[in-house]
Formats: sequence, C-alpha cells, structure tokens
Amino acid sequence: MNNNNTIDVLDAGHAACPGCGYAIGMKTVLKALGSKAVVVVVPSCAAIIAGPFPNTSLGVPSFHSAFEIAAPTAAGISAALKRQGISDVTVLAFAGDGGTFDIGLQALSGAADRNEDFIYVCLDNEAYMNTGVQVSSSTPMYSWTGTSPNGNTKNKKQIMEIMAAHRIPYAATASIAFPEDLMAKVEKAKTMRGTRFIHLLAPCNTGWKIAPDEAPLVSRLSVESNIFPLYEIFDGLRYEINYQPKRLPVENYLAVQGRFSHILPDQIKAVQTETDRAWAELCAREARTRQLYGDTPVAIDCESGTKEI
Amino acid sequence: MKKFITGNHAVAEAVRLCRPDVVAAYPITPQTPIYEQLADWDSAGELGGTMVKVESEHSAMATCLSASLTGVRTFTATSSQGLALMHEMLHFAAGSRTAVVMAVVNRSLAAPWAFWSDQTDSLSQRDTGWLQLYCEDNQEALDTTIQAFKIAEELMLPVMVMLEANFISHFMEPTEVPEPDQVDEWLLPVNIPRRFDLSNPGFMNGVVSAKQYRDFRRLASDAMEHALTVVERVDKEYESTFGRSYGLVETVDCADAELVLVTTATITSTARVALASLRSKGIKVGLCKLRLFRPFPVKALRDVLDNAPRVAVIERNISIGREGIFCSEIKSALINSPGRPKIQGYLAGIGGTDVNTQLIEWVVQDAITREVFVDQPIWVDDAVLEGEAQ
Ligand SMILES: Cc1ncc(C[n+]2csc(CCOP(=O)(O)OP(=O)(O)O)c2C)c(N)n1
Ligand code: SF4
Ligand SMILES: [Mg+2]
Repeated sequence: MNNNNTIDVLDAGHAACPGCGYAIGMKTVLKALGSKAVVVVVPSCAAIIAGPFPNTSLGVPSFHSAFEIAAPTAAGISAALKRQGISDVTVLAFAGDGGTFDIGLQALSGAADRNEDFIYVCLDNEAYMNTGVQVSSSTPMYSWTGTSPNGNTKNKKQIMEIMAAHRIPYAATASIAFPEDLMAKVEKAKTMRGTRFIHLLAPCNTGWKIAPDEAPLVSRLSVESNIFPLYEIFDGLRYEINYQPKRLPVENYLAVQGRFSHILPDQIKAVQTETDRAWAELCAREARTRQLYGDTPVAIDCESGTKEI
Repeated sequence: MKKFITGNHAVAEAVRLCRPDVVAAYPITPQTPIYEQLADWDSAGELGGTMVKVESEHSAMATCLSASLTGVRTFTATSSQGLALMHEMLHFAAGSRTAVVMAVVNRSLAAPWAFWSDQTDSLSQRDTGWLQLYCEDNQEALDTTIQAFKIAEELMLPVMVMLEANFISHFMEPTEVPEPDQVDEWLLPVNIPRRFDLSNPGFMNGVVSAKQYRDFRRLASDAMEHALTVVERVDKEYESTFGRSYGLVETVDCADAELVLVTTATITSTARVALASLRSKGIKVGLCKLRLFRPFPVKALRDVLDNAPRVAVIERNISIGREGIFCSEIKSALINSPGRPKIQGYLAGIGGTDVNTQLIEWVVQDAITREVFVDQPIWVDDAVLEGEAQ
C-alpha cells in the first residue's frame, strides 16, 4: 500500500467516547484519503468528533452540513470545484446510518442516480447515536435501543443492495478490524470517478454496550461470523468477496455486546439462519459474477454453514 | 433586444446572462418552464455552467448552498410545495452566508391543491434570513433577477425573487433583454469566499456556544440591515446602465393623497389603472408599491406613509388567524409615526382570484369613507362587489 500521501487527519483531542470504534473508522478513512480532500459531515457522531467551533480535529477543509443532505452537499462542492477547474481534490462525505439508510436515502439515491462525483462513507453504528441510541433501519434484529427496549423487531435494511441497484461504479463494505483493507478501498475509490460508496461498520461502544477496548474485537467478530462480510460491488453488478471468514457462530458476536444481552436461544438461532442465508446469497452473487463476467481475482470458499474454530 | 416572452422565460434569460456556475432545480408548476428553458440551453451548450437535475427541491437548495460556499455563482427556482419542502435548507443557506439566488413563482400552497397565484408560500419563508423582492411584471422579474446576483454576492446573503403564478410566470409581455456584454460589464465574474481552501483548512459550521450563536445571528442581522443600502445602490447602478430602476418602494401621487393604497406585485399594475380613473373623478388617492419585503424598508415606507391620513393595504396572501402579512408588517412599521395613519387591510385575489379595477375602486371607496378601521382583514370577493352593485 502506498502510504506516502497519508497524513494524520484526525487529531487527538476529538470528542468521541473512549475507545470509540466509529472514530477509529473515521481516522483510518481520513488517513487513506490524504490532504487533497474536502470532507462533509452531517449531524451524527462524526460531527461531534469533528469538533466544536472554532476548533476541529479534521486536517482538511470540512463542512458540517444538514442531516439528510450529505450526498447533495458533496455533489454541490464537487460540481463547484470542477467549475473552478479543480479536478484533483476528492470530496468525501461521512454520514451515519440514520443519515444514510433513513432520512438521507432519497438525497443519496438522487445523487447516486446522477453518478455525482464523490466518495460517500456511511459510518454505520446501527442506531441514532448522536441523539442517544434510537432504532434506525440499520439496527439489527433483536438489538436493544432506547426505542426498541424489548429488542428490534425487524431485519437490518440491505443498503449495499440498494446502492448496487443504482449501478454506481463502486460500493464496498469495510471494517475497522481490517484497516489495510479499509484503506485500500478508500485508495481504490480515490482513483475512480462518480459515486463511490463505502459501508463501514463502526462499532459504538456506548450504544452497543461494549467495553472501551472492545471495538476492534467486536468488529473482527462481525466479519468472522459473517454478520458483516467484506466485499465489493463494481458497477452494481460484479461482486467480489474480499476476505474468507472463519465462519464463527454468530453467538460469539452477539454475546459480547450488552445490546443483545436479553437475546433468547431461539433468537440466536434465527440470526444464525439469516446470516447463513445472506452469506449463501452473497456467494451466489459472486459465483454469478464469475459466470457472467469472467474470473474474479479472489477465490473464496463459499460453502455455507458454520465452522467451529 | 425586445422579446415577447413569459415571465418565466424572462427569468431564464436573466439567469443565462448572469453566467451561473451551478444551477440545481426540480420541476413544479408553474416554475417548470424556467427549469426547462435552462435545461434546453444547457443541452445546447449555451448555459455555461453545470446543471444538476436533482431529485427534490430540498436537494436543489443543498446543492446550491454547498456550491456557493465553494465559491461559485448559483441559481435555483421553485414554487409553493417545493419552497415549503426547502424550508430547512433556506435557513441553512442564509445561516451559512451563501449567495444563492432563487426565483420563486408564487403559487397557492396545498391543501387544497391549486395552481393559482398566492404569495403565502414565499411570505411563510419570511424569517429564514433571505432577502425578498416582489416583482410587478416580466421586465421587473428579469431586471430583479440580474440585480439579485450582485446583491447576494456583495452581502453574502441569499436572495429570493418573486414572480406571481400565471400573471407573470405564463403571461407574455414585450421584455427588454439586455445584451450579454452589457451584463458582463455590469455584473463582474463571481468573487465570493472559497470556504474550502486546502491551504487553510477549517471546519465550517461547527457547533457553537449560545453566545457564539447570538453573535452570528447579530452579524446576519447587521448584514440584512446594510442590505437596504445595497439594494438601493444596485438598483441605481442598474438604472445607469440599463435605464430601468424600481426602488425599494415606488410611489404614485402620494403627496396630496387622502388615502394611500399599498400594493405589491401584479395588483400594482391594475391599481395604476384604477387610480388614474379615480384621480380623474377628483378622488385624492395615491399608490405605494412595496417591492422589497426583507429587509423591510421601514424608513422608505414611513417617508411615504407617515403623513398619509388613511392607508389601505390590498394583498393576495393571508396569515390565517391574523390578516394579510404585508398589512401586519406595515402596521408595525408605522406604529411610531407621529401622524398615526389609519390602516385597513383588504384581502383580494387570494388563490389567484381576479383583482380588477372595479375591485380596487371598491377598496378605495370603502377606505376613504370608512368611519371605523378594524383590525381584521376585509375579504373583498364577488359577493362584496355584487352587494355593492345592488
Ligand atoms: C432533519 C433533522 N431531524 C433530526 C435531527 C436530529 N439528529 C441529529 S443527529 C441524529 C442522529 C444521527 O444518527 P446517525 O445518522 O445514525 O449518526 P450517529 O449519530 O449514529 O453517528 C438525529 C436524529 C436533525 N439534525 N435534523
Ligand atoms: S456514541 Fe458511540 S459512535 Fe458516538 S462517539 Fe460515543 S462511542 Fe463513538
Ligand atoms: Mg448511527
């Protein structure tokens, strides 16, 4: 990986909770993004982490826009920079899951449909955290939040499929437990044009009820248990799985988080079944990609099911 | 060059002449022809800037405001529901001190659904921190749009230019369209702050303390006050190049008037005709056309109305539960007038209903003979006029 161009663009002293996985995600993305960038944040923990006026933890010009307009804000800046003859500056928007899956979805869809030129990073901590942990359409089934006190009753919305349906050039999932993969994805996105979407699972120690040092562990478990597989989608069509997971039982992932502390054995089974189904589905898409578009470089063992390791 | 065009077309001509960098828009009747005309020119390579065909008015304003902060010239146009949907972004565009220019075609807000002229859509945006200018005809819509770019970019405050549904948006009038090089000379290339400067990175719109918030509001309020001078000066500069100006308010025959009729927008044109006829009958009536609504030109109005014994405000909008919005504003502007003119509000033309000379003459007769001035609006509709005829 070429790190020559990277700088520490998220300074110490930012306002995240101790050990915040989401802040680690931001820092990693910004490191790969480098200094030739303009960053948009919207109301979310990202805006808090970016700092109160007149301070900032971000090392690049940045703008705190309104909640549901991360995408059109980035589009406007990007279009204006081009009008000024500036073509070597990347515009990147950070938005939370609420700002992406829910209130900002229309605006994101519009911008993606027009293939506006920016990188969009959804910092997905699976609830409205800035306002104190309320359920969003990204909150997983059975998870506690302040507005799902008995556990969430619906499955997480499939944002990657929604983005793929827009046939944008690039969409990828990423995890803070795989920082090199995350940075490589940001760097790859930087070389492309059009709407590029990165779905970053961003553990929230406070809302997920995990200890301050557990965010990387929980992130790793999310990948290894197939709850959050790492993959890319090119042009909305070609799927490529980036990492061969260990396929740990989902229980490992659920058990370490206070937000699932009330979960019942049958519910764990249901999560396992759904996770297996989703993985099989993803693998089938990748296989179909190979069939239709030729070999993809990474070979993954795509048998479904759980391995005990 | 004189062209026989609609008000929408006139606005589009003005926008093209001003060489916008980013235009973001979304269709809504009766604004759509502005959007279509600009899109036509865009596809013919004649617009110059980038056209962003967004998925909502909310995103149109989001795109324009962020482009403006990046330092380019921006324009959008909307109407009614679209303007209401934008509301959050209007505050945001003004609070961020952008120079966005927007044409608003005044149209009735649902419910019930309707497509007629009514000013309540833009007047509901009164407190968003935008300048507001109301136009009487196609020519004024064109001229005001050109002026708006200069005003917005000098003040770093966004400007709304209002034209009425149908009466201006779709009615055709001979309209003088200036030559491009004349406009280029009058309106210099955009030169507003580029907020996202790589060599001096900052974080714009970070969360502020209570005191900082107050101070930012104060700055915006001061800029708005200063806008009175800027709007007036730009209008004069426009006159010296293009030969047309409009003032903050315009007066006709007010000096000796026993009654001054206050109007805005297209009702003014009809009032001009009615007043000529009333004057010929010896009735001492004057006309005061209000063009600028935000900032509110208190001094200019007081200069005209302080010594008027009676004032009648006739308008096509309502703040339900109170009265016509212009009437309330005029009352508040005159509260400390030494002469304390009597003020009566009349609602006419709501929902785009016809305001003809007969109606205006009725209003003048009513106001000039009225013994008691009431603090409720008087609805002037067909029934009132017919009752009068019986
Ligand atoms: C239009 C609007 N509605 C509601 C809010 C309040 N609000 C601010 S941040 C936030 C939660 C954001 O959640 P998410 O996007 O998931 O980001 P997170 O805080 O979890 O990082 C909400 C609801 C707002 N700022 N604007
Ligand atoms: S609430 Fe969660 S995501 Fe937000 S700063 Fe705290 S730990 Fe991080
Ligand atoms: Mg969230």
